[in-house]
Amino acid sequence: MSEPLLEIKNLKVEFDVRDGIVHAVDGVTFTINRGETLGVIGESGCGKSITAKAVMRMVPKPGKIPEGEIVYHRRDKYNPDKDVELLNLTNMDPHGEEIRHIRGGEFAMIFQEPMSCLTPVYTAGVHIGEALDLHRLLPRKVGDRMAEVISGYRHVTKEEAREISIEMLHRVGLPKPEQRVDSYPHQLSGGQRQRVMIAIALSCHPAMLIADEPTTALDVSIEAQILDIMRDLQDTADMAIMFITHNLGVVAEMAKEIVVMYMGKQVEKASTVNIFYESKHPYTRALLESIPKVGKRSTERLASIEGMVPDPFNLPTGCVFHPRCPSYMAGKCDKITPKWQEVEKDHWVRCLLYEDV
Amino acid sequence: MAERIPTIADDILLDVRGLKKYFPIHGGLLRKVIGNVKAVDDITLFVREGETLGLVGESGCGKTTASRAIIRLYDPTAGEIYFKTAKFSADGKPEVVNVLDLDKAQLKILRQEIAMIFQDPVNSLNPRMTVFDIISEPMVIHGKGKGAETEDVVVNLLERVGLRPEHMRRYPHEFSGGQRQRIGIARALSMNPRLILCDEPVSALDVSIQAQTLNLLQDLQKDFDLSYVFVAHDLSVVQHISDRVAVMYVGKIAEMVDSDTLYNNPLHPYTEALMSAIPKPDPLYKSERIVMQGDVADPSNPPSGCYFHPRCNYAKDICKEKEPEFRELKPGHFVSCHLAEELQLQGV
Ligand SMILES: Nc1ncnc2c1ncn2[C@@H]1O[C@H](COP(=O)(O)OP(=O)(O)OP(=O)(O)O)[C@@H](O)[C@H]1O
Ligand SMILES: Nc1ncnc2c1ncn2[C@@H]1O[C@H](COP(=O)(O)OP(=O)(O)OP(=O)(O)O)[C@@H](O)[C@H]1O
Ligand code: SF4
Ligand SMILES: [Mg+2]
Ligand SMILES: [Mg+2]
Repeated sequence: MSEPLLEIKNLKVEFDVRDGIVHAVDGVTFTINRGETLGVIGESGCGKSITAKAVMRMVPKPGKIPEGEIVYHRRDKYNPDKDVELLNLTNMDPHGEEIRHIRGGEFAMIFQEPMSCLTPVYTAGVHIGEALDLHRLLPRKVGDRMAEVISGYRHVTKEEAREISIEMLHRVGLPKPEQRVDSYPHQLSGGQRQRVMIAIALSCHPAMLIADEPTTALDVSIEAQILDIMRDLQDTADMAIMFITHNLGVVAEMAKEIVVMYMGKQVEKASTVNIFYESKHPYTRALLESIPKVGKRSTERLASIEGMVPDPFNLPTGCVFHPRCPSYMAGKCDKITPKWQEVEKDHWVRCLLYEDV
Repeated sequence: MAERIPTIADDILLDVRGLKKYFPIHGGLLRKVIGNVKAVDDITLFVREGETLGLVGESGCGKTTASRAIIRLYDPTAGEIYFKTAKFSADGKPEVVNVLDLDKAQLKILRQEIAMIFQDPVNSLNPRMTVFDIISEPMVIHGKGKGAETEDVVVNLLERVGLRPEHMRRYPHEFSGGQRQRIGIARALSMNPRLILCDEPVSALDVSIQAQTLNLLQDLQKDFDLSYVFVAHDLSVVQHISDRVAVMYVGKIAEMVDSDTLYNNPLHPYTEALMSAIPKPDPLYKSERIVMQGDVADPSNPPSGCYFHPRCNYAKDICKEKEPEFRELKPGHFVSCHLAEELQLQGV
């Protein structure tokens, strides 16, 4: 049975910059269920990372959340009998105690750019140890081995933290983890940094993992290995994943459901199979056609979407995609704003081709 | 320096021989050198004029280090790097130089001809500079950035990489990951280089803008006879853009050949394993990935014999004992595997 973990309702994020207001996220609504993976794909700059950061309440300055709700259905993993608690993250102070407790422990994020979250003067081990110290509790056990019971939880010790760090680095495929645990970020390759960050995020067994382009710096075999670890944790710890990626091969493999975004808005949402086989929105279709195929090398140019991303201060009227859309209907698409509607069961789309207008 | 320069074939632009780059490991109380990370360990490759050489391999196998060593952002531990350039001779005739022999002033000239697109856009873009300053900086350094002209050049470059002219006045942190990557590409193009070392230039782009960028790189290549070394993990992208591909494994080149042959008839077991792990954009496809046994090799303490032998499904005794030679097994098909003659490997 699907049980919601995170409900995002009409979320908006704005940046007030010199030339005006950028609506980076413009009314996004979706739900992520416990233990399931939601893929998020879309144009570069369409607001995927900012949506993710809004969930973590880490929107960079001068960003604001003027509207919307992010509701977290919290279950205490150390006290599973307690009722599920509903928390509206948008009401929390982004620097407060409450969100800091959730961030890193219950919600973990793998950032698109590893260097933006690794501190150059700390080793890999210090980074992971810090996360463990803040967020991971180990069972305190009483009784003998025959009749051991968990009597409570305690923080990890320094030695344990080091051991867990080495174990995590080993799992993400770093060579010589017992040495690498003492490496500084600049001594690591791009993909090794990314894996250190994955190790940090996974070390606390989060209920919600937000993975923003988690495998872009990895070769395909290590990528496959990392995806396996994520699925493993998903099975054993019921972890939900919001998987942001440009790699449509990876999202096809990982996600149960996919949201497609364009210019801060959702344009399509459906099961992964339907997105790949029955996509409805012209943007989604164009995206799928741009993938280079492996096999025979072709001398042909790759298909890409015509035209430029619109000026955020001067958005097109009607459907924001209309100036680039291959199915553009003059007199309609440039005049009427399409609605977000369910056109088939669990298949949502925002496009006038599916509206009676 | 002239007497050490060998003749390199006419159509070759860059010829790298026996390149090594070791990073010392310090340890103990006195921080003495106790070993070396052999990040690049004796690689030999070449790039023809107007061609794209793809460079792929495991994360941490030395691709970035090799690229940085080629333009001497790192000083190589050993090897030779020959590059054909017209910038040093009085009469403008192309001649071959060994990049390792160049002094500081000469390196500055060389870097007009060889540009690099860096892997990590956050690290490589100065947060206190506007996009305009970032893109025009190389022109300024080389005394070519003057007044209104520069602005035209920058606007033009921004448009070519799919950014908007008004982005010029903004700072890097105001952009998304993919937008920052394109700023790096515009910067690399600003000096009209002849060779660009592209380290993961499209990894942060959605497939449509990725397609646009790849098309752009190919157009520029045609128009200006540019050459690329193209480092990437997305093997479908690499196949699309590369004439030839070199596969690296732990500091060494495992295989090098034209792309179609590499993808369809690989000769090295590591290449075969890579090909089997390519994720397919099809949710109903069941992967038949070859799972490599054992741990990723450690470049500070590589295995004996063939570095790949502990993880290779075909390894025999000789693989443990003797290091395979990097040899040209068929015309243009280089491989370093003892068993290359006898194995029948699967392509994509
Ligand atoms: N600090 C900021 N100030 C102003 N605008 C910003 C800031 N951060 C992001 N933006 C803008 O918000 C929009 C959404 O950015 P976001 O990083 O969410 O894109 P994305 O979908 O993750 O793209 P990519 O795939 O390239 O990473 C972009 O157009 C970007 O220019
Ligand atoms: N400054 C340094 N000091 C010590 N070791 C280093 C340094 N830079 C890189 N290394 C090591 O050298 C090896 C090669 O690194 P390099 O960055 O070249 O890999 P890469 O092939 O580019 O990997 P990726 O695909 O992950 O970017 C790695 O094991 C890395 O940890
Ligand atoms: S509404 Fe019109 S312009 Fe927009 S995607 Fe649909 S067909 Fe294209
Ligand atoms: Mg992003
Ligand atoms: Mg690299």
